[in-house]
Amino acid sequence: MSIAKTFLGLLEGGPSHGYDLKRAYDEKFGQDRPLAYGQVYATLSRLLKHGLVELDGVEQGGGPDRKRYAITDAGVADVDLWLAQPERPEQYLQTTLYAKVVLALLTDRPATDVLDTQRAEHLRTMRELTRRKTGGDLADQLVCDHALFHLEADLRWLELTAARLDQLRTEVAS
Amino acid sequence: MSLLPRRPSSRTGGTDDVRPTDGSPGQDEAAGPLLRGVDLHKAFGSTAALEGASFSVSPGEIVAVMGPSGSGKSTLLHCLAGIVPPDRGSVTFDGRDVAALSDAERGALRRSAFGFVFQFGQLVPELSCRENVALPLRLNGVRRKDAERRADEWLERLEVAGVARQTPGRVSGGQGQRVAVARALATEPRVLFADEPTGALDSLNGERVMELLSGAARETGAAVVLVTHEARVAAYSDREVVVRDGRTRTTEVVA
Ligand SMILES: Nc1ncnc2c1ncn2[C@@H]1O[C@H](COP(=O)(O)OP(=O)(O)OP(=O)(O)O)[C@@H](O)[C@H]1O
Ligand SMILES: [Mg+2]
Repeated sequence: MSIAKTFLGLLEGGPSHGYDLKRAYDEKFGQDRPLAYGQVYATLSRLLKHGLVELDGVEQGGGPDRKRYAITDAGVADVDLWLAQPERPEQYLQTTLYAKVVLALLTDRPATDVLDTQRAEHLRTMRELTRRKTGGDLADQLVCDHALFHLEADLRWLELTAARLDQLRTEVAS
Repeated sequence: MSLLPRRPSSRTGGTDDVRPTDGSPGQDEAAGPLLRGVDLHKAFGSTAALEGASFSVSPGEIVAVMGPSGSGKSTLLHCLAGIVPPDRGSVTFDGRDVAALSDAERGALRRSAFGFVFQFGQLVPELSCRENVALPLRLNGVRRKDAERRADEWLERLEVAGVARQTPGRVSGGQGQRVAVARALATEPRVLFADEPTGALDSLNGERVMELLSGAARETGAAVVLVTHEARVAAYSDREVVVRDGRTRTTEVVA
């Protein structure tokens, strides 16, 4: 996820210090991975250099957090552009898993076990997400659901592949 | 925010009593599985539906039964619930051999200790939703007034108090399914059998029904046999059993 674009979006609500931006980011989008201060200030100085933000005031004293940042018109235009562009749908080619299945078939190992082991692992993660979702707020629910739907898609692929193993075995052998 | 609905006040026993049914040896079983099927076989004519399926569930545990269409999931559930007799293999509930029971005893067991939720078509169309939920309680000898009061509590808990007086034909699929869950749980069964309980619902309604069903089951300590081919539904379980070609494959839960 683009930290720079997210900061710009957050700054549209009003000027802010680096520390407050980090807090807002962590709270809304950080999940379990808070931003490092290094990332925060590197991102802000890059935005400053490109004219997407400007200094809204510098207070007395030391440390990087003296500076307050405001979004520029160019910054707002950049957010417009970002929101208007669709994200590239990820291809999710399950190459590792596919390779494991084919190799299991080639070497006469039980390919069903490969699929079953993966299914169990996927379901374990899905249970965790479901628990987190059930105890969480709307933001948790939406973020977890996104992950859950993707994992579910993987599981469908596992199921379909399991159903086609005999066919795949024949093709791999020829 | 707590998504667990409150338990109705009507419950007579203690908080987590594992009620032994009619004087059976229930105590020794408390730690082990409540319901267990071992090496089950079942054929319909020349179709082998089960060819060595085993399954167990403990009190308070939710076990998902997964697998492709036609693999034998529903047949397994029917054998476990004593609806269909297996050709081979054994089913024990609370330490008792279910096959050894008379038809009448099995019927009584199903009414008093088991609850059922299916994909659709399970509510009596002529009765109101309240009467539908009260029905199994009435069959177990609860007086009308008490049965209806408890029915109302369960309808409220499943967030469908508003449809109590409607007949099932006049409520939405999601509402009807919640009524069905309320009916299955109203007798506070020791085992809840659910066969694709969300199969006819959209994701949002399906999820909510699963949240309410699993929450209520956990609170009452019911064991749940949950047949589903949807991974997101299975994610409400504690572990899964996969049925393939009539055989079960268990993937042990790590950690
Ligand atoms: N009453 C019956 N009479 C004849 N055949 C049956 C009967 N019940 C099930 N079968 C057969 O037994 C096999 C297993 O059926 P079952 O209903 O248990 O599958 P399932 O896993 O529940 O499938 P689905 O996901 O489609 O519900 C199938 O081949 C089915 O056609
Ligand atoms: Mg079925």
